[in-house]
Amino acid sequence: VKTAVVVIAIVGGLALQATLSGLMIGGPIAINLVLVVVVYLALAYGPVTGVLAGTIAGLAQDALAGGIVGIGGMSKTVIGFVVGVLGAQFNLSTTVPRLVMFVAATFVHEVMFEGLHALVGGRHFTPQYSATMAQALVNGLIGVSIFLIVEQGPETLQRRRLRRGTFGRKRF
Amino acid sequence: VLDIRRRTGVLFGILMVAQVLLVSAQVQTKTGVRVLQAVTFEVFSRVEVATASILHATRHGWGDYIALRGVRAENENLRRRVADLEVRLQQEHALAARSQRLQELMDLKTQATVPTIAAAVIAGNPDSALRTVTIDRGSADGVEPDMAVIAPGGIVGRIIGPVARHAARVQLIIDRNAAAGALTERSRAGGMIVGAESNPPLRMELVSNLTDVKPGDDVVASGVDGIFPKGYLIGRVEQADRGAGLYRTITVRPGVDFSSLEEVLVVLTPSRPATRDEAVK
Repeated sequence: VKTAVVVIAIVGGLALQATLSGLMIGGPIAINLVLVVVVYLALAYGPVTGVLAGTIAGLAQDALAGGIVGIGGMSKTVIGFVVGVLGAQFNLSTTVPRLVMFVAATFVHEVMFEGLHALVGGRHFTPQYSATMAQALVNGLIGVSIFLIVEQGPETLQRRRLRRGTFGRKRF
Repeated sequence: VLDIRRRTGVLFGILMVAQVLLVSAQVQTKTGVRVLQAVTFEVFSRVEVATASILHATRHGWGDYIALRGVRAENENLRRRVADLEVRLQQEHALAARSQRLQELMDLKTQATVPTIAAAVIAGNPDSALRTVTIDRGSADGVEPDMAVIAPGGIVGRIIGPVARHAARVQLIIDRNAAAGALTERSRAGGMIVGAESNPPLRMELVSNLTDVKPGDDVVASGVDGIFPKGYLIGRVEQADRGAGLYRTITVRPGVDFSSLEEVLVVLTPSRPATRDEAVK
């Protein structure tokens, strides 16, 4: 089940990211759903899953992007590993720490990604902090939302169903 | 078995290395070579350098230490051989010098109009006051007292008795008791050569102040003494001054180098006193 969840999450994240990228051609892409998926899986399942998810998702994203395969993979592998280790060591089960993790992971990922591109491509390292900050916030919100949905969604649905059932019997 | 779930760091390291290799395989350096190739070549070149260094050190150690166990004995043998060869070389040098001297002696013997016999100097005189040497020819070879002894450089001296069967003593011309009739070759000024305890070790006496004698004149045997063959070189005038009396003071440098006298010729003509005509002549 876990493997299926991981695969579905990565494939879903890639598909959504590709779709959103297609919709925002020419404009700033203030979201990285693949990274959100990696951080989510690392927090939810630990460092091993985080590392594997980061590697697979990053390599797949690189392959789809048509650039140098491995740069995104390395960045996301590091993120998956670090987030997974931190998640295993500290209590990150509430919203704010998770939001901080998503934001920090996005920053670190962008710095690493741009740095590796600059290193390999032989160009200057010019981080764009404002765009990265916007992306980090969006990623954080989406990541936290996913956690809320996954963790509280079934319970909420169940409660709603129960509420509907009780109200119906009383009504009818 | 490695449990990868418990070894997250290992898994992380493996994946990172794999991706670094993957990126390196795609990226080219400024020279157009792929990074993976360049890095691989660089790494392996260092490995090769290290391997070569180890190999060199091993060979060096083997060649300089282990393989040199027998070198000490070999060195000793070579030292001995070098010493032997040096001795032989000196012998060869001596032989060559001796051959040259003998050749000169042979030339003299050929030129000499008098019968001669070659002899080797076998000993000196332990008494420094007497300048004599011993030769390896004696009465068995026809050597008799008062026979003249010559060398390529000129007159050496005369045989003094007694003469042994295979040895004889030679009084050198530079001995203070030696004397010989002499004349200067240029001006034919006659006189007598005597040995002296000075430098040069010969003096020419009884030469009139009126005669023409200059430094550099050759002095030869006049033959009036009946011992030394006429015309043979005795030496060269080094200094010729007017004397206080009737005679000049003349010093003569001998033609023979007595310090390296090794082979000589003995003139086998018995000595005879000069006749009155010869003396006058």
